[in-house]
Amino acid sequence: MINSLDPRIAREKINEDNTIAPLTEMDQFETYEVFHQKKRGDQHVHSGIVHAPNAEMALLFAKEQYGRRGLSVNIWVVKTSNVFASDYDDADIFETVTEKQYREAGGYKVMDKINKYKKENKI
Amino acid sequence: MNTAAIKELLYKMADDLLVLGHRNSEWTGLGPLLEEDIAFSSMAQDKIGHSQALFQILHELGEAEPDTNAFMRDAKQFHNSQFVELQNDDYDFSTIRHFLFDHADQLRFDNLANSSFEPLAKVARKIKGELKYHVFHADIWLNKLGNGNEESHARMQTELNNSWNFALGMFEKGDYEQQLITENIFEGEESLQSKWLAVITPIIEKANLNIPAEKNWEPVLGGRKGYHTEHLDQLVTEMGEVFRIEPGAEW
Repeated sequence: MINSLDPRIAREKINEDNTIAPLTEMDQFETYEVFHQKKRGDQHVHSGIVHAPNAEMALLFAKEQYGRRGLSVNIWVVKTSNVFASDYDDADIFETVTEKQYREAGGYKVMDKINKYKKENKI
Repeated sequence: MNTAAIKELLYKMADDLLVLGHRNSEWTGLGPLLEEDIAFSSMAQDKIGHSQALFQILHELGEAEPDTNAFMRDAKQFHNSQFVELQNDDYDFSTIRHFLFDHADQLRFDNLANSSFEPLAKVARKIKGELKYHVFHADIWLNKLGNGNEESHARMQTELNNSWNFALGMFEKGDYEQQLITENIFEGEESLQSKWLAVITPIIEKANLNIPAEKNWEPVLGGRKGYHTEHLDQLVTEMGEVFRIEPGAEW
């Protein structure tokens, strides 16, 4: 009998020679991508994944995994298999070669400062 | 204010929550899947937190410190219903107990949010969101397993049958039942039980399960008055093991 310090295990009276079949590689539920929103109107931000057999349970798990600490007002779950993603081999499509600074919204950076000022001064 | 009546109410609630919180926490690390392990453990912690809040009120009414009260009493001094002390067995039983208990718990606190005893009403209003999640969690599990495959359905029905009379025991009346009602502290067990039945019946039906026939209803009573199964001895011993080594220790 397995003599464990953990009373939960000791109570089970498990034989030493018991053979528990190891999980096979695919013995898992599919994954859902989780997005949480800190407050109404904010963007939903990707927080991670959960394994779940269906969307409702994914939502249950996501709440405890990612919405438990800190503020959240809303959570989305999306089946990972439903996400259409670009290929890392094509990462060069994001490279900019020629001088196109005029196309980048560099000027808007001032908004960060304005927002910071507003927040600090509670405007 | 009827202190004796309030203490009776607080003790039975605090003990239910402490004992079930402890039982449910026994799944930590052994849950059916990681995400569920985390969710169920987190709810178990919530329950212990809720009991702590009630023990704190009891302390303010002259009872021992919450930790002392929780960990130094013997099983026969506990007022929990026998339902919550039963050993976990498989996850099917824990799921059914979670469903049956948490609905009653939510409705009880719902009523107490308007209690004439303000400290309790305050706790009830504070934990509303947590209870909502607990019930949400329980309902989805019941529905998915009840409507799952043949085995999951059969297991849910079996555990619902086995649990039913124990669950009815949650509504055992205490000596101060009438005073609690008259003084608008609590609506009373009878009223709570009928609300509970009205809420859980359609959910059970949607899970394709059947409530046992009413002629077989025999509430398992005694827990509120200190009569318990041997399982509570085991639980109380394990739960207080560390605390009892050095009761005055600072953690």
